[in-house]
Amino acid sequence: MAKKLSIVVVERDRDRALTIVDGLREAGDMDIIVIGDEIGLARKIAARNPDLVLIDAGNPSRDALEELTLASAPMQRPVAMFVDESDGALTRAAIEAGVSAYVVAGLRGDRIKPVLDAAIARFHMMQKMRVELAETRRALEERKVIDRAKGIVMRAKGIGEDEAYALMRKAAMDQGRKVADVAQALVTAAELLK
Amino acid sequence: MTVPMRLGFLPLVDAAPLIVAEAMGFAEEEGLALDLVAAPSWSALRDLLAAGQVAAAQMLAPVPVALALGLGGPARFEVLSVLNLNGNAVGVSRALASRMAGHDFALTDARAAGHALLRAAGPGLRIGVPFAFSMHRELVHYWLDGLGTVPPARLEIVTVPPPLMPDALAAGEIDAFCVGEPRGSVAVERGAGVLLLPTSAIWAAAPEKVLATRAGWAEVEPDLAGRLIRAIWRAGRWLGQAANLSVASEILAAPGRLGVSAEVIERSLTGRLVISPDGQERRIPGFLRFHDGAAGFPWRSQAAWIGTRLAARHGLDLRAAQAQAVAVFRSDLYRLHLGPAGADLPAASAKVEGSLAQPTPVSSSRGRLILPPDRFFDAQVFDHGLPQ
Repeated sequence: MAKKLSIVVVERDRDRALTIVDGLREAGDMDIIVIGDEIGLARKIAARNPDLVLIDAGNPSRDALEELTLASAPMQRPVAMFVDESDGALTRAAIEAGVSAYVVAGLRGDRIKPVLDAAIARFHMMQKMRVELAETRRALEERKVIDRAKGIVMRAKGIGEDEAYALMRKAAMDQGRKVADVAQALVTAAELLK
Repeated sequence: MTVPMRLGFLPLVDAAPLIVAEAMGFAEEEGLALDLVAAPSWSALRDLLAAGQVAAAQMLAPVPVALALGLGGPARFEVLSVLNLNGNAVGVSRALASRMAGHDFALTDARAAGHALLRAAGPGLRIGVPFAFSMHRELVHYWLDGLGTVPPARLEIVTVPPPLMPDALAAGEIDAFCVGEPRGSVAVERGAGVLLLPTSAIWAAAPEKVLATRAGWAEVEPDLAGRLIRAIWRAGRWLGQAANLSVASEILAAPGRLGVSAEVIERSLTGRLVISPDGQERRIPGFLRFHDGAAGFPWRSQAAWIGTRLAARHGLDLRAAQAQAVAVFRSDLYRLHLGPAGADLPAASAKVEGSLAQPTPVSSSRGRLILPPDRFFDAQVFDHGLPQ
């Protein structure tokens, strides 16, 4: 049986790192090391001499790993970038999910694929969570602005809450805009007139 | 009809021609609606371009050459124009600077600065550069090799992503760095380092960033390529006028662009660098150049210089490497698209690099071209033997 795969995951955020490691463990038995401190990254990775390195494609520290792809780097085995490999679909999926992988040259595709599939799934999950979090934040922001705008309309016209909201909604519909946008315009204007 | 086009860049001062082409309407004049995509790293930008997610990108001049030599990945790029000459600076940690007390930090003499650095560094010296294939790395190698002294026993030039440079200095991971602006000034602002030497003092006219596309794109899309080259060239011409530089600083400092203040950006655009956390200033003529003296022209001899340096270090055949390198700097396409637009084009496509000590008039299409000094600090000349 082939020796266990050794994998380095580069990720500063502890929760994200755990999410990735959990996903990889489900894909098989492997040695996984997380590097969270990116100072001296290339040297740390070279010292571990892993079969595979996973890193967020948006992490600026990726550039430090490029050095490892050169044969002159202080590695026992040269590392090739995953995009060099022939599996185009897998590469595209990795790019879409925002994960970059560096693998040791000569490592067989059937050993890489389950790891990459697991990593891609986890990165997708984290991407989805990030989008959801951003949406929740925006919805909260919009609520706050709408409440402030409602208050302005109520004071200016001496009307009740429901009536104020109905007025804003009508203005929004007439202009083909979102209630939140109308509310934002009201708040901005009111600040100018203070 | 206006055509949309996505361009990739890194948030650096020398992305200015791309940003200005969009912001000042030079792209619009050519019927291009530019969508500028900021990338988190050079490897990410290279992948974006290779995968066709951007049509063209700002790129480190050695990257297309390295790829042509089979180094750094399977992609193949071409250079349509040079975005700027020079613009990088070498800096040292404050600890190292304090051991260089006898040095004047005049930022003009590469030999004096180099000897002072090696004396202060002792047996170990680790220098951070942004990428494996970068002029930063090439120029630091050239500088230290050319000092004529024995290098430190443990000399390492390592890649450190510039946003992490100040932390790497503070942690003692590196002793010195070579970076583009605004990264050097940011390191000074954060109290992490002191600037020692602009790279223009190592080579007075070094190609720095280029406008790169996938190999073959410009010939499949000649109309788009022409519009793009012209828009970028006009942006560079605008940036070449001193009166525009404070507006340019404001444009680059706008939200979503460089993420640093206009004041810091203006230092490098005007060549007035604040070199130390205590506020000392130095004036560096020619620190960063976008236009004058055919700065945008992709000289084949520049490519040959880069190819020769890379080949020597990576143990490749020099002749073959030169031929591969020269082919990716498309001075022919530059002529094709900019001749009719009124650019003053040099008669030759290659020159003897390092031969000009003074501004020198040369033969050109409109007869008014004056090339700036392009000396190396060690007074060597690079004659690639290409037909001029």
